[in-house]
Amino acid sequence: MTAGVDERTGSPGTSAAPEAEHPPPTRPTVPWWKRMWRDRTVLLFALPGMAVIIVFQYLALGGNVIAFQDFQPYLGISKSLWVGFENFQILFNGDPEFLGALRNTLIITALQTVFVFPAPIILALMLHSLVSNKVRQLVQSVLYLPHFLSWVIVVALFQQVLGGAGLLNNFLRANGWEPIDIIGNADVFYALITSQVIWKDTGWATILFLAVLAGIDKSLYEAAAVDGASRWRQTWHVTLPGMRPIIIMLFILKLGDSLSVGFEQLILQQDAVGIGVAQVLDTYVYNNGVVGGYWGVSAAVGLVKGLVGLVLVLMANKIAHMFGEEGVYKA
Amino acid sequence: MSTTTTSATREGSGKSTRRIAPRRRPRVIDGVATPGPVESTLKGIILTLACAVVILPFVGVFSTSLASPEQVIKAGGFVLFPTSIDFTAYKMIFSGGVVTRALGVTAFVTIIGTTLSLALTATLGWALSRRGSFANRPLLLLVLISLLFGPGIIPSYLVVERLGLLDTLWALIIPTSVSAFNVVVVRAFFVQLPQEILDSAKVDGAGELQLFLRIALPLSKPVFAVIGLFYGVGYWNAFFNALLYLSDASKWPLQMVLRTYVVQDTQLGGQDLGIDTASLPPQTSLQMAILVVSIVPVLVVYPFLQRHFAKGMLTGAVKG
Repeated sequence: MTAGVDERTGSPGTSAAPEAEHPPPTRPTVPWWKRMWRDRTVLLFALPGMAVIIVFQYLALGGNVIAFQDFQPYLGISKSLWVGFENFQILFNGDPEFLGALRNTLIITALQTVFVFPAPIILALMLHSLVSNKVRQLVQSVLYLPHFLSWVIVVALFQQVLGGAGLLNNFLRANGWEPIDIIGNADVFYALITSQVIWKDTGWATILFLAVLAGIDKSLYEAAAVDGASRWRQTWHVTLPGMRPIIIMLFILKLGDSLSVGFEQLILQQDAVGIGVAQVLDTYVYNNGVVGGYWGVSAAVGLVKGLVGLVLVLMANKIAHMFGEEGVYKA
Repeated sequence: MSTTTTSATREGSGKSTRRIAPRRRPRVIDGVATPGPVESTLKGIILTLACAVVILPFVGVFSTSLASPEQVIKAGGFVLFPTSIDFTAYKMIFSGGVVTRALGVTAFVTIIGTTLSLALTATLGWALSRRGSFANRPLLLLVLISLLFGPGIIPSYLVVERLGLLDTLWALIIPTSVSAFNVVVVRAFFVQLPQEILDSAKVDGAGELQLFLRIALPLSKPVFAVIGLFYGVGYWNAFFNALLYLSDASKWPLQMVLRTYVVQDTQLGGQDLGIDTASLPPQTSLQMAILVVSIVPVLVVYPFLQRHFAKGMLTGAVKG
């Protein structure tokens, strides 16, 4: 889409330019530089914010070229040697560290899809069916809160509650039971981080589902009731179909994110359980590149990760369209 | 979307006659019968448990930070019911050492960052809401597409490095200063402002700047309140950028200090706190006090946030 195609209305007098005195143009017959001059105030408004987005989103993408370089920070992009696809060999030559990070990422994503994704749907259904609005609001206020805490705080809280000297183990010891080793135990690490995500974000994630539930046509329930549908059948035949578009949309977005599993959450807990279970692709890129100095290889991994994520979103969206769903975007 | 607003007004009016009618509705909505006793009990138990699991850690942290050193040592860690109140831990972390400094850094980043973010988001949102102006659609498209991808850790690092922002506090502010999502929310709000008001102001000779400052901004205070709070909480919680861009520990924000002294359990000595090490309270007390200091500001703004966020989120989600 290029500038100029979509000047449908040429909105009258968007600035105090001299042209504003003339009747507003209805068709894009005015040359683009004149329109640009006419709208210079609007463009100035857009400039600082657009500059940040362009520099840190789009220009930053250019930094991916170091994936094709033997990048040395002191030489910079212009002087570093070009090595073609050499850095990408790490993806195929069976490097154990990379494969470990990939495996851990996939395990965590799978766990999140199975346990984290449905949690807010169930919770939203429960909250929605609460009869008392006051109770519902109270519960919502409490359950939304953890979303606004940083991962550092969440991890610290979990350590305080489940750690060796934590609330749970003190309670167990006080009652003469054996303490349970949870924090720093690689065997239960995935259960721990999955429950952390559930604790932090399930409440907040209900917000969209609740909005959708509130919008479902009430006469559908009544019609179902007249036909003798029980509560469960109503949930199955009315509520869930009503929620389908939003569930599919969020699932597509989740799919695109499936190779990014909580950088902050994992980097904070890596030291305690070791890289073997806690290294994921994002932390691999950080540890290997920014910390370890293998810039080119890490950038290659990051680039492929980003591309795969993008392809997953586009594909999932396409498939959703094929099944007649709205998906995330159209076109 | 309407859940919060309707119930808020209902609470406000608070008369029993008004309350009866809407209360009966959910029973109709939910079908033939109200939930059976088994289902209701089960739901009650689950939701109560969920709330307890969220609240309990906070209670523990607050109590432990206030409990006397003897009690903390005796409990070997967490205290749920302090027998006496002791503010020593707070006095120590506020006596000018690492924690005080980090608090200053975080406060600076939060205040400057939020102000900058609001300014950039408001102006860009306004520009994008002026449909039919030059390059309006392409610019909007650039913003929307940027929602779909992130540039990646290393490319972001290279940009920050190139701009000479490494090891400056600006590295915590500028890269995250514009959230494309918030821009879309603000734009959606500006677009639905009554066009007649803008038109009549224009007839009265108002320029673009005046339209923005005198009409658009005053009409959208609630949106900016919410977005400002979201930005503020974001800056307050920022950890990733600090980890990535700051190697100089003297510039660490609170979250980095939290990670070092609470998550990684590094011993917090007297010289770190800037006091003579005569008698430090137990590490646990100090750690809990730091946690409380980092949680409280979020708790303070939370009620304001909560009042608005359903609306704010949804204008973005629905019209984006």
